[in-house]
Amino acid sequence: MKRHLISAGDLSRDDAVLILDTAEELESVGGRAIRKLPTLRGRTVVNLFYEDSTRTRTSFEAAAKRLSADVINFSAKGSSVAKGESLKDTALTLEAMGADAVVIRHSASGAPHRLTNWVSGRVVNAGDGTHEHPTQALLDAYTIRQRLGGAGGAGGAERRGQGLDGLRVTIVGDVLHSRVARSNVLLLSTLGAHVTLVAPPTLMPHAVETWPCRSGYDLDTELRKSDVVMMLRVQQERMSAAFFPTVREYRRRYGLDASRMALLPEHAIVMHPGPMNRGVEIAAEVADSARSTIVQQVANGVTVRMAVLYLMLGGAAEEAA
Amino acid sequence: MCAMRPEPVHEPGPGGPGDPGNLAGQAPPRPDGKGEPVLAGQGPQGWKAVLTPDEIRRALTRIAHEILERTHGGDRVVLLGIPTRGVYLARRLAARIGEFEGSPAPVGSLDVTLHRDDLRLRPARALQRTEVPSDGVDGKTVVLVDDVLFSGRTIRAALDALNDLGRPRAVQLAVLVDRGHRELPIRADYVGKNLPTAYREKVRVQLAEFDGADSVLLGEGDR
Repeated sequence: MKRHLISAGDLSRDDAVLILDTAEELESVGGRAIRKLPTLRGRTVVNLFYEDSTRTRTSFEAAAKRLSADVINFSAKGSSVAKGESLKDTALTLEAMGADAVVIRHSASGAPHRLTNWVSGRVVNAGDGTHEHPTQALLDAYTIRQRLGGAGGAGGAERRGQGLDGLRVTIVGDVLHSRVARSNVLLLSTLGAHVTLVAPPTLMPHAVETWPCRSGYDLDTELRKSDVVMMLRVQQERMSAAFFPTVREYRRRYGLDASRMALLPEHAIVMHPGPMNRGVEIAAEVADSARSTIVQQVANGVTVRMAVLYLMLGGAAEEAA
Repeated sequence: MCAMRPEPVHEPGPGGPGDPGNLAGQAPPRPDGKGEPVLAGQGPQGWKAVLTPDEIRRALTRIAHEILERTHGGDRVVLLGIPTRGVYLARRLAARIGEFEGSPAPVGSLDVTLHRDDLRLRPARALQRTEVPSDGVDGKTVVLVDDVLFSGRTIRAALDALNDLGRPRAVQLAVLVDRGHRELPIRADYVGKNLPTAYREKVRVQLAEFDGADSVLLGEGDR
């Protein structure tokens, strides 16, 4: 595994499976009376969040704390960043504080990569602009393996070492602005799944044919042959132009409602990285149905991030050891 | 980035007195992580068999009887094996207790990786399974089972890990081989064989379930 986790593409199949297997073992910690392990005692994890995110930040915070790491939350609002400090100067400040790992979310694609040049600790990308969000992809892969992997999803033992070979995953919606989609395409294809992107032509990235996946514009035909359908949020805050005429038209062609969900095979699951726009890309009755894994995804987020932090910080400081 | 298999050779850990560096490279190559079965008395080069399959079987039978004796018929006993090979030994002991008393003892596994004191000396390791019988460990007599007792550091980690799972009434320790050289005030309650060793020598336990055949091998240290 590489020193930093910037892109889901940095992970080999073995790395990814190791993270999922580690998460499988760590999951039992959440069900114990004492939800705490001493493993990262004395290590410091900094959450450096330039964009608002309750879900991801608290998830990383809970993961680090369950492993006994010290957590420093550094958000751009009301900090030196609001006073005009550059990313580099913030990084040097964190470096001086002795951060063993920096979890960064930034609105600019590539910011985590820049950060790796300025800090000596590990860097974990928690979402950068429209580029990537690798831990989201890992928790999605973990959720898929939990629900559809192994024989009937019994104990975790038989899922160990398994990828997602042959599973058909359809990712629907605002692919253009979605770092979640990009990371998922890379990771899920590494794990052996067949990924299909479905989006309005205006929201499909330009060089999508170079991605390791198929793409299409018709949701209904893809749904019939999907094991997993992942709905993406329509990210109006990143849209500088009109990408579709009206919300109503988007919903009619690309929204998932009960009648569309009925097209899915019996065993198929519905995922959403959150936060949802109920009534836009996903209908409330779908989000609350038994097929929806949305709540499970949040719970798995903590477990998978524990696995990432353990594998990055749990061992010797340098790989060369 | 990490050793996918737990180190099966019980050798001086990094940082121990006279740390000779990576001894694992000296062991015969096992590409699939499993040892090729070795017949008693004719170990691979540099390795001497110190326990035959029959001796291992008899030692485990004796330990099972001792556990029953010390715990008044195995009342409220839970066997927890420490991965990898301790788990198979715990299962064998549980099966024997079942043969002697009619009902097998509850058996599980306890991974101690996250509680080890040498995590920072090596790259992060893959985790093994922790499976606790459904009744838990509260108020039970927990017998920890491992293949080789050496520095005692694994057992210290196991005691910490156990502490997070509940509050047993008592904790005991069963090992197949006690090779000495303790670095902590820990002793075993049940010992298959006391094996005097030099610090640099290596002890390798092989079990049919994992390695294809039963044996305990003693290997020369460096040079």
